[in-house]
Amino acid sequence: MPRPFTPKVVTANDLLEGDVIYFTSDDGWTREMSGAELLTDEAHAQLRLLEAQKQNLKIVGAYLADAKAGENGPEPTHFREEFRRKGPSNYRHGKQEAAANV
Amino acid sequence: MYKYNNFDEAFLAERNAQFRAQVERRIDGSLTEDEFKPLRLMNGLYLQLHAYMLRVAVPYGTLNPNQMRALALLAEKWDKGYGHLTTRQNIQYNWPKLRDVPDMLDALGEVGLHAIQTSGNTIRNTTADHFAGAAADEIEDPRPYAELIRQWSTDHPEFQFLGRKFKIAITGSETDRAVTKAHDVGLRMVRRDGVPGFEVIVGGGLGRTPMIGKVLRDFLPREDILPYLESVLSVYNVLGRRDNKYKARIKITVHENGIDTYREMVEEAFVLRKQEFDGTDQQLLAEIKEHFALPAFRSGDTAKFDAAYEADPVFRAWVDTNLSAHRQADHTIVTISVKNHGETPGDITAEQMRVVADLSEEFGYSELRLSHEQNVILPHIHKDDLPAIHARLRAANLATANVGLISDIIACPGMDYCALATARSIPVAQEIATRFDDLKLEHEVGDLKIKISGCINACGHHHVGHIGILGLDRAGVENYQITLGGDGSEDAAIGTRTGPGFSYEEIVPAIERIIQAYLNERDTADETFIETYRRVGMAPFKAALYPDAAKKVA
Ligand code: HEM
Ligand code: SF4
Repeated sequence: MPRPFTPKVVTANDLLEGDVIYFTSDDGWTREMSGAELLTDEAHAQLRLLEAQKQNLKIVGAYLADAKAGENGPEPTHFREEFRRKGPSNYRHGKQEAAANV
Repeated sequence: MYKYNNFDEAFLAERNAQFRAQVERRIDGSLTEDEFKPLRLMNGLYLQLHAYMLRVAVPYGTLNPNQMRALALLAEKWDKGYGHLTTRQNIQYNWPKLRDVPDMLDALGEVGLHAIQTSGNTIRNTTADHFAGAAADEIEDPRPYAELIRQWSTDHPEFQFLGRKFKIAITGSETDRAVTKAHDVGLRMVRRDGVPGFEVIVGGGLGRTPMIGKVLRDFLPREDILPYLESVLSVYNVLGRRDNKYKARIKITVHENGIDTYREMVEEAFVLRKQEFDGTDQQLLAEIKEHFALPAFRSGDTAKFDAAYEADPVFRAWVDTNLSAHRQADHTIVTISVKNHGETPGDITAEQMRVVADLSEEFGYSELRLSHEQNVILPHIHKDDLPAIHARLRAANLATANVGLISDIIACPGMDYCALATARSIPVAQEIATRFDDLKLEHEVGDLKIKISGCINACGHHHVGHIGILGLDRAGVENYQITLGGDGSEDAAIGTRTGPGFSYEEIVPAIERIIQAYLNERDTADETFIETYRRVGMAPFKAALYPDAAKKVA
């Protein structure tokens, strides 16, 4: 039996800012993982990655990251993606700073 | 100090203009990321986890005050107000925006700095002792030799396509502060019958296969340095493996062929190579040496220093830990700790950079150094100026008295910034420093080098830490392996693993148990951690780390 597919999101960095971004179901990008499209089918995930990579003018380094469905949308399953979602732990920089400024 | 000539300036300006155009073409879509990536890497621009990162080269770790102020300007204007000092005598900015990078490079160019990484499988920037030109135990300033090597290797047709990157480190004293035994080639100056020359070490390196370099030639006359290096490299070009990236470094070549075979081939090549040198290299070296001439040191008594040392215990503690012996008795070398307890090792704010620049201008003959241990150095200070300097450093939060102690930790950026990381390293360093500060044990414990890397690439030099910590990803959880007994000095050694790793929550208590074991085992308060480890071995530390395992055996 094939192994069950771990759901994914497409993630990348913003070309100009470098900030972590996620691919949405309407071919846009969001700064919050919870707004990403959760991909539960392997073939569909590969297709969405290709579509994301076409947006060369907006993004850099797109790849598929493991994720799971949470209450408010996709959540990371691995600590690396948790850090990417949150920002560094030594300063409240990156996304934490953006959140503090709202 | 070296001043750029017109050729250098024109070269840099042209490189920066090219890169500005490349950035524009990436943004307007004429370049894909695949096309742009090698171009940005050549200019020191990396993509990390949360943002881009710009790495600025500081050759031989030597800076003047205006260069330091330019680094401050970059931090303030285009980054988040600080820069990060690295183990390669570089400074990194963690938050630049792509559009700003060409302006940052231009600002650097104005003071003769750049972010050009001599990347690829070539001879990289030669690193040198950070006390070069100042240390009391120095035989000769190694930087002119480093510069000679740089000029000889830049665009040398025979060595543009080596099997792998090639790093050389050089020190001008027998005490090794440049970790020469962990480089592809290490050059350590020694004396024989009163005559200076180099001990040539080959095949050291860290990373996934750590190795201590072996002595290839115990004494090389100084004037033979280039023909001999050419011989070492020509043998590497012939013997080095090109079939497997992980077996291509010279350490594997030497390991697989044996040091004796390697030596024989080098000596054979050397006979021919030496004949091809007509003395031009020695003329060039003489010219370069003029650029590194020592400042005219003032002299005078040290009454103010002596009085402050007597009267002020805080000043005394700082003097006792942060100073090193200078070649002139009334002078000293000041290491400014960029390792405040609980803060990120090596992060220095724009304001602090300016304070340091001012101090160097007012008191330090306008010289500054960065060390691979992520600190800043004022290499030439008259002792009577120390009380004034210390007061200014205190006001800038730069007067922590911990150089060489448990909180003077080397830590790589790890998972907080680095895209290659398998675990965090910065918070582990922060917590160890805070913990031992709380326990007030730091000075009691004495000399100890803790080094932390966030993956096997070993940028944090953990293999040569007295206590090394390597962060790994074990089934999706951070896990930290400990090694003991590593050493990056002239007695270099690779640390030995203690056993199974520890979780993020367990790692600081584990380090505490190691320190307790050391305090119990040491003969006298003067026996350092590494000396105790060498005398008693791993067993007591293992017992302290894994009490349950000991019980099971019993
Ligand atoms: C005797 C005089 C010279 C001294 C002491 C000297 C020293 C230096 C130093 C210290 C640097 C900065 C190193 C770095 O950023 O990596 C540098 C940069 C440079 N030098 Fe000079 N140099 C001298 C003459 C020359 C000559 C004659 C050339 C070429 C014909 C040259 C070409 C360059 C280039 C291209 C750079 C910038 C690029 C790079 O760092 O790779 N230099 N030089
Ligand atoms: S050791 Fe690994 S985690 Fe640390 S900076 Fe180097 S590559 Fe990144």
